[in-house]
Amino acid sequence: MAPRLTKVVDRSPGEPRRIGYLYLAPAFLLFAVFVLGPLLHSVWLSLFEWDGVTAGRWVGLANYGDVLSDEQLRSSFVHALILIVFYALLPVLIGLLLAGAVARVQVRGFTFFRVVLFLPQVVAMVVVAVMWRMIYDPGNGPLNETLRAIGLGGLAKSWLGDFDVALPAVGLVGTWVWYGLAMVLLTAGVQKIPRSLYDAARVDGAGAIHEFFAVTLPALRGEIAVALTLTTIAALRNFDLIYITTKGGPGDSTSVPAFQVYDRAFLTGKVGSASSIGITLVAIIFVITFCINRFADRGAR
Amino acid sequence: MKAARWLGSLAVVGVATLAIGCGTPGESSDSGSSTPATTASRAPDVAAAGDVTLTVWDQEVRGGQAAQIRELNKQFMAKYPNVKIRRVAKSFDDLNTTLKLAVSGPDAPDVVQANQGLGVMGQLVRGRLLRPMDDYARVYDWESRYPSLLLDLNRFEPDGSTFGSGDLYGLSQMGEIVGVFYNKRLVRELPRTLEEFEAQLEEAKRAGEIPIQFGNLDKWPGIHEYETVLGQVADKQEVRDFTFQRDGARFDSAGFTDGAAKIQEWARKGYFTPDFNGVGYDPAWQQFAKGRGRFLIAGTWLVADLARQMGDDVGFMVMPGREAGGEPVALGGESLPFTVTSKSKHPDVAAAYIDFLTDENAARVLTETDNLAAMKLPTPAAAPGLPTDVAEAWRALGEADGLIPYLDYTTPTFSDDLGGALQEMLAGKQSPEQFTTGVQQKVDASKAG
Repeated sequence: MAPRLTKVVDRSPGEPRRIGYLYLAPAFLLFAVFVLGPLLHSVWLSLFEWDGVTAGRWVGLANYGDVLSDEQLRSSFVHALILIVFYALLPVLIGLLLAGAVARVQVRGFTFFRVVLFLPQVVAMVVVAVMWRMIYDPGNGPLNETLRAIGLGGLAKSWLGDFDVALPAVGLVGTWVWYGLAMVLLTAGVQKIPRSLYDAARVDGAGAIHEFFAVTLPALRGEIAVALTLTTIAALRNFDLIYITTKGGPGDSTSVPAFQVYDRAFLTGKVGSASSIGITLVAIIFVITFCINRFADRGAR
Repeated sequence: MKAARWLGSLAVVGVATLAIGCGTPGESSDSGSSTPATTASRAPDVAAAGDVTLTVWDQEVRGGQAAQIRELNKQFMAKYPNVKIRRVAKSFDDLNTTLKLAVSGPDAPDVVQANQGLGVMGQLVRGRLLRPMDDYARVYDWESRYPSLLLDLNRFEPDGSTFGSGDLYGLSQMGEIVGVFYNKRLVRELPRTLEEFEAQLEEAKRAGEIPIQFGNLDKWPGIHEYETVLGQVADKQEVRDFTFQRDGARFDSAGFTDGAAKIQEWARKGYFTPDFNGVGYDPAWQQFAKGRGRFLIAGTWLVADLARQMGDDVGFMVMPGREAGGEPVALGGESLPFTVTSKSKHPDVAAAYIDFLTDENAARVLTETDNLAAMKLPTPAAAPGLPTDVAEAWRALGEADGLIPYLDYTTPTFSDDLGGALQEMLAGKQSPEQFTTGVQQKVDASKAG
C-alpha cells in the first residue's frame, strides 16, 4: 500500500476550488480601494448639497433631479451625445473603409502607414489640444491660411469661436485622435479572416462592395464592438480636450458633463451636484457600452 | 430568479454605499470656532516664541514673484533664527484645487494664499478655517498701509456669504491693473479722452491695422475689455456695489447696459481682432508683441513679457475717461492674500510673517524684483519704461481711489456666466439689454441656490 501523502480529493482536476478567491484578493483589494470605494463614496456624496468644507445637507435625489431639469446640464449631455458621432462613429467608419481596402489589395509598406496613422493615439491629449488650437486659429492658423491659399478663403472660419462650428470642430479633433485606434483594431481583424471566405465570395461573383458587406463586416463584429466601446467611453468622459480648447465656450456651446463635474467640484463648490453628474455619466456609459456589446454578442450567435 | 439577483446586487451596493459614506460630509469641520482663542493687543514678540516651524503654501512661482518671496523668506529667517519657514510652492490652479482639503485636514499649514472671492476664500471663511485678523490689523496699523478697496477685497462677513465688508482675513503683496498697452510706433499722440481713443481706433481701422488686439477664446478675457470700457461709462461705485452685492445693486441697470452697448459698437465697427471669439488670449498678445495691433487691453501681468519683446516700443496707460484730465478709473486688484489658518498653532508668528511680507522693506524688495507693490509705502523708482508707466498709473489710481474690482467675484460661477454671455453679446447674438437682463437672471438663480 502506497503511503497517503495527501488527502484524497473527490473533485476532478481543474474544477474550481474556493482557494481561487484568495488569488483574486490582491487585485480585488486594489480595485475596491481605488475604484469601488471612491465610486460608492461619490454615490453617497451625490445625495448631499455640500461645498467641500462646511457640513453637507441631505437632499436625497434632488441633485439628480437637477441633472434632468437644469437646462445647462441637459445641453451638456446632448453635446456629449453629439460628440459620440465624431469620437466613435466616424473613426469606426474610417477604420472600416481602410480595413475594406486592406482586405482587397496588398498595400506596400502598410506597417509604416499603420504606425503613422496610429501616432495621434500616442500623443498626449494635452499636446493634441494645444496643437489644434493653433491649427484652428482664425487669423494665423494653418487651416485658414491653407484655405485662403487655395482660393477657398470663403470657407475660412473662426473654428472654435463660432457658435455653430465650435462643437463639430472639437469633435473632429476627437475623430483625428481616435481613428488610428479603430483602424489598427479593424485592419488587424481583417487579417485573421480566412482568405478562403474571400475566394468563395469571388467565385460566387461578389464585387468589392458586396464582398465587404457579406464577408468583412460580419467577421469584424467583435472588433467593431471593442472599437465602439473604447471610443464611446472616450467621447462621453471627454474633458481635457474641451478644457484646453474652448473651456466650454463660446457661450455654453461646447460644454460637456465632465467639464461640469470639474467646474462644480473644484471651482464652484457644488460637490454633491458634481457627484450626481459623474454618477449619471457612469450610468449612461454603462448602458451604452452594455448595448454595444449585447449587439455584438447577439450577432455572433 | 433574475430579478431577485438584481435586487440582491442593488441591496449590496446600497449597504456598501452607506458603509463607505458613513456620516454627513464635512461635519467635523463645523465644530471649529470663528472667534480666535486669544486676541492680540500688542505686536507679538517673535524672537521669544521659541523654535517654530511655519508651513506656508503660496503660489509665487513665476519670475519676479518667486524671487521676492525667496528673498523675503530668507530675510525673515535671518531676523528670527528661531523660526523656520517650510515653503510649499504650487501653481495658481493647483493651489485653488487642493487648498480646501489641506486647510480642513489635520495637518493644516499655518499660512496660505487664499484666492479672493466666494469660491475659495468665502468657503474657507464659512467653514471657519481662516482666522480673522482685525486685531493684528490694529496692532500693526495695516489700515493706513493700503488703499481701502485693496483691504475690502480681503474682507468677509463671518458667514462667508458677503464679501467686501466685515472681518479682514489677510493681506496681499502686489497690485495689478488692467489697462491699455500701446505700440509707440503706431500711436503718435496719446488719447486724452475716450472720444480721442475711439478716433484713433477708427483711424487704425482705416489704415488697415488691427485697432485693439483681442483674443476671447478663453472666455474670461472679454470681462477685462468690458470692465475697462465700463469704468469710463458707468459710475465706479455702481460697479463696486454690484460686485459686492450691496444694497440690491443690479446688473440690468443703465450703467452696465451702456458699457455693453459701447463695447458691442466697437466689435461691430471692427475695432477688435477679426474673429476674436476664436482667438486665444496668448496668441493675441503675442501678435501685439510682434507689432501687429495698435492697442492691447490687458493686465500688468504681461509687463515682463511685453517689455522683453518690444523694448522701448511699448507703453502703458489707463483707459482715458470721458473728460480730459478727469480722475482715472481702471479695473484692478491685488495678488492672492496671505491668510492664517484657524488650526495654526502659531498665529502670532504667522501674523508677524504677513506683516513682514507687506512692510516698507518688502515694498522695496518687491519693486527691486520688478513687481508692483500694492502698499501705499515709499518705494525706490521703478525701472524706466513699462515698469515706470505702471507704477505711475498705480499711484494715480490710488490717489483718485479709482480701482474697480473684477466682476468675477460676484458669484462663484460669475466668471463663466459673464464670460459666456459676453461672447454671445460681442458676437451680436444678444442686444446689450438682453445681455444685462440675462446676466442678472443668472445672478438671481445663483443666489437662490
